[in-house]
Amino acid sequence: MSGAGRLTLRPYIVAWAVLVLLFGLSVLSAYLDIGVFHPVVNFGIAATQAAIILLVFMRLYGHPSLTWVFAGAGFFWLLFLFGLGLADYATRTGFPTQ
Amino acid sequence: MRSLKPQMQFATLAQQTETAQLGMWVFIATEVMFFGVLFFAYTVYRASYPEQFRLAGHDTQLLLGSINVAILLTSSLTMVLAINAAREQRDRMAAGLLLATAALGLAFIGIKGYEYLLDYQAQSVPRLDYVFKPGQGGPTELFWMFYFIATGVHAIHLSIGIVLVLIMAWRARRGAFSRAYHAPLEVVGLYWSFVDIVWVFLFAAIYPLGRGGT
Repeated sequence: MSGAGRLTLRPYIVAWAVLVLLFGLSVLSAYLDIGVFHPVVNFGIAATQAAIILLVFMRLYGHPSLTWVFAGAGFFWLLFLFGLGLADYATRTGFPTQ
Repeated sequence: MRSLKPQMQFATLAQQTETAQLGMWVFIATEVMFFGVLFFAYTVYRASYPEQFRLAGHDTQLLLGSINVAILLTSSLTMVLAINAAREQRDRMAAGLLLATAALGLAFIGIKGYEYLLDYQAQSVPRLDYVFKPGQGGPTELFWMFYFIATGVHAIHLSIGIVLVLIMAWRARRGAFSRAYHAPLEVVGLYWSFVDIVWVFLFAAIYPLGRGGT
């Protein structure tokens, strides 16, 4: 557990400011006429925010690769859930049922 | 006061800390999959009924949801600063920052409760008082089902987090943590920030819908 003798504030304050800025963009985008790109923009911003929280606030940055493997495992399995699951729904006939 | 000996199953404190953190990451992986299923259901429903989801999302409280995002992002900041303070054995500062984190969490719960009340008054609670608004059909109720299940489960997680943070504040105040030993605080910090991440995604799924841009 390394680190300087004094409290480091700056990277955390900067990360917080960027997170709030991104959040503002997310709210603004709701009022833009971008049609089907709404979910892409909103979830894209959310994913970016999540990455910042993971790297800075949860201090993944600077951790050994074993921690990255553990941290990435859940998200890796999500790929299977969404990949195979959506492949199923996308190729089903008669869905959604009305 | 400072407990500097590792527990008997560990060779060093560093090993104990690393093990505790990996354990929390494993737990978070299970939580990712838990919330992932909810988001998968949401994805399928939204893709199937885009217009109805847009109509339903329009009735959510964007301002209150936004305030809660700001609150949780700020609480993640106070949490990580508390961990830093505890590492430097600034016990009072660490305890104060942890209390601020818990207070922000409580503010979130309070606002969420008020939001639920407004939802109830707007007759948006499925199976309780749900009324279809003009132009709405069955899938709008499905949206509100997702809303209450997902935000409810999130609120339970946050409530557990508040209790954990308060316990950490008490321990920090008593000088339990140091540069060599602060694993419990790190682990609670990981949990807290994860709950923050879930809300960031829930916000994206719920509140920007149907705001006039589509």
